[in-house]
Amino acid sequence: MISPGERTINILMAGVGGQGTILAGELLSHVLLEDGFDVKKSDVHGMAQRGGRVVSHVRFGRKVHSPLIAPGEADILVGFEMAETLRSLDWLVPGGRVISENRAILPYTCQVGEASYPFQALDTIAQSGFDLTVVEGEKLAREAGSVKAANIVLMGALARFLPVAPEVWQETIRRNMSGKLVEVNLKAFALGWGKVQS
Amino acid sequence: MKPKLLSGNEAIARGALDAGAALATGYPGTPSTEILEALVREPGIRTFWSPNEKIAVELASGVSCAGFRVLATMKHVGVNVAADPIFTLAYTGVGGGLVIVTADDPELHSSQNEQDNRRYASFARIPMLEPSDSQEALDFTREAFLLSESFDIPVFLRTTTRISHGKSAVEQRSAAEPPKERSPIKKGLIRNPAKYVMVPANARARHPDLEDRISRLAAYAEDCPFNRAELRGGDLGIITSGISYNYVREAAPEASVLKLGLVFPMPSVLIRDFASRFDRILVVEELEPYIEEWVRLLGIRCEGKSLIPRFGETGTQTVRHAVSLSSPSPDPARDAGPEEERGLEGRIPVRPPVMCVGCPHRGIFHLLNRKKFFVAGDIGCYTLAVAPPLSAIHTTLCMGAGINQAAGIEAVLPEEHGKVVAVIGDSTFLHSGMGGVLNMAFNSIPATVIILDNFTTAMTGRQNHPGSGFDASGNRTRQIQWEALLKGLGIENVRIVDAYDIGRLRDALEEETRRDAPSVIVVRGACMLLKNHAVKRNPPLRIDPEACTDCGVCLSLGCPAIARKGGSAGEKPCIDQDQCTGCDLCGQLCSFGAIGREQ
Repeated sequence: MISPGERTINILMAGVGGQGTILAGELLSHVLLEDGFDVKKSDVHGMAQRGGRVVSHVRFGRKVHSPLIAPGEADILVGFEMAETLRSLDWLVPGGRVISENRAILPYTCQVGEASYPFQALDTIAQSGFDLTVVEGEKLAREAGSVKAANIVLMGALARFLPVAPEVWQETIRRNMSGKLVEVNLKAFALGWGKVQS
Repeated sequence: MKPKLLSGNEAIARGALDAGAALATGYPGTPSTEILEALVREPGIRTFWSPNEKIAVELASGVSCAGFRVLATMKHVGVNVAADPIFTLAYTGVGGGLVIVTADDPELHSSQNEQDNRRYASFARIPMLEPSDSQEALDFTREAFLLSESFDIPVFLRTTTRISHGKSAVEQRSAAEPPKERSPIKKGLIRNPAKYVMVPANARARHPDLEDRISRLAAYAEDCPFNRAELRGGDLGIITSGISYNYVREAAPEASVLKLGLVFPMPSVLIRDFASRFDRILVVEELEPYIEEWVRLLGIRCEGKSLIPRFGETGTQTVRHAVSLSSPSPDPARDAGPEEERGLEGRIPVRPPVMCVGCPHRGIFHLLNRKKFFVAGDIGCYTLAVAPPLSAIHTTLCMGAGINQAAGIEAVLPEEHGKVVAVIGDSTFLHSGMGGVLNMAFNSIPATVIILDNFTTAMTGRQNHPGSGFDASGNRTRQIQWEALLKGLGIENVRIVDAYDIGRLRDALEEETRRDAPSVIVVRGACMLLKNHAVKRNPPLRIDPEACTDCGVCLSLGCPAIARKGGSAGEKPCIDQDQCTGCDLCGQLCSFGAIGREQ
């Protein structure tokens, strides 16, 4: 478990447009604020939404100044897609924690066979001295009732490493979502949470 | 009350509501768009998307003249469009408070340049506030209306992408009361030609009056609560504003800081006093040496752009470097992200944004590519067609420019007639394309303009425009008639073609570009992401591997749903059944009848 003390904790989320990367960062930020931390979140809208790379920076602690994580200073990297996890690795502190989906979304050059996709990304990460937790987010999300909840499965896994009680997450999910989505996302969160040994 | 997590844009909207603004208007543009989106559902304020930023500011000036508070929002380059009214508005001054938001985009996350609009403040002689987080975005917006009224002048509120889109905690006042007018503003029809009719005789008198107002504002700047010296001892003093303040606090927590919230006019006494306390003065700002030049004008020695780049975003690492080493950062791009370092980029294929599955722009760009047209482009989702495999955009300058560039090329290269087209989206055309078409007709330039009509301003997140049939709040409204509009502008040859009908698109392109007269092709197909239009969505298609000859034409559409199996060069293409919208562009292009629906 990572606890901030006087320090600001940095969580970087990386994914592909349409995966709910920004929404997951949003939920995480609400949870942290609810728990009494100062929080800043920054991501880029616009071009990134069209199937491009999406990165969201979430920082929390007693008092957060910069909304951006400095390169090489992320404590935790949450990757929603394998190649994007690999691409973002240098944002982490040496030996930092990685939580990654094991899913591949091929960029255009790979789709047409012009470039090769790094299917061995997660092995590379594990061999590079990072603390890697692999989560089958999409598969578990389908179990929870919607593939779209894969982002919340990953939040469930992330929650294991943060100093916030799961009840705060559950409450925040209830407050920020509506109707059927609440049940699906609560289940997705629980499946992600259960994936990681305490 | 518990603090709430708000983006800078949401906080600005909140600030305008708190201030009792009667109306808000603007043109969508990243990173400013969400301000008006946060206001459309609010009762008590009218929210209009204007066709362009000039219209927004002029409309706002009318609201202000009538004695009401008003907000105008735009991205940095939108201020260029609105610059004409803005410069003279400084002379006339205001009635009700008038606040103009300029949302700048250092690092060009979604823009064609990264101009620093703080220059506009000093150029137009308009005060400018620059918040550093969402709380300040709310507080400064509220105060901006009062400043505007107190000093009889429009006020700029400048954000950058990280302020507009970044989220941070905001303490909300419970049931905030609109701030009281410092002197009562008359509401109603104000007939005051000396103030509002800028004929030379009146404007000549208003100019010294403007300078007087600026002098009084400069005096106010010395005591303005938004300018504050944070003294922490030491021999380093940092002067900064906006987002850079956060990087300074992070990189040099022990340093003394002069934080400027009002960046025009500048507080000279405060700066001199602050600077006199330190051996070394460092100015930390993104883009232009705007503060640095002021500090130097005061005769103070300082460092700034010698250590911090004049381009891109800055960040904690850049500031750390500037603070500690007193030499330029060896790699100014480091804060943008490390992934280009250590050769990782070579290992991981790039992932540029692409047009959506089923996007109505894809077919026409495929044809433009195949027929090797020179395409004068414009600004919108379709600019993505610059990238492979569509590779069919050859210029992009600013909103509305493509039509005039194509006309210019046609005027001097008649031998290339038939090989040049302009492409422009519907929202962009209504923003600033009409004049170009009018000019083609007036000067008999036989250029061909392709208007991509998807009923929305798609790139910024689908805001309605005069061709949508809906207003900002989603209520039905009059929808412009393209044929009538274009005929009225003097174009005899107007064709409207279904964006998904490759045969008709090919014919229209061939016939209209060959014609010896100006022509317009409206390529019509609703944005796939639109909810209030009947979007073409059919059962998914499949590729029959027996019939497929692997010619690759379907892959050349750049559709995210078509891929070689497992990304392997040896495999034939197949279609992702979950993603395919059944638009059938690939089906029409396949010469071997290999693509179809299951019977």
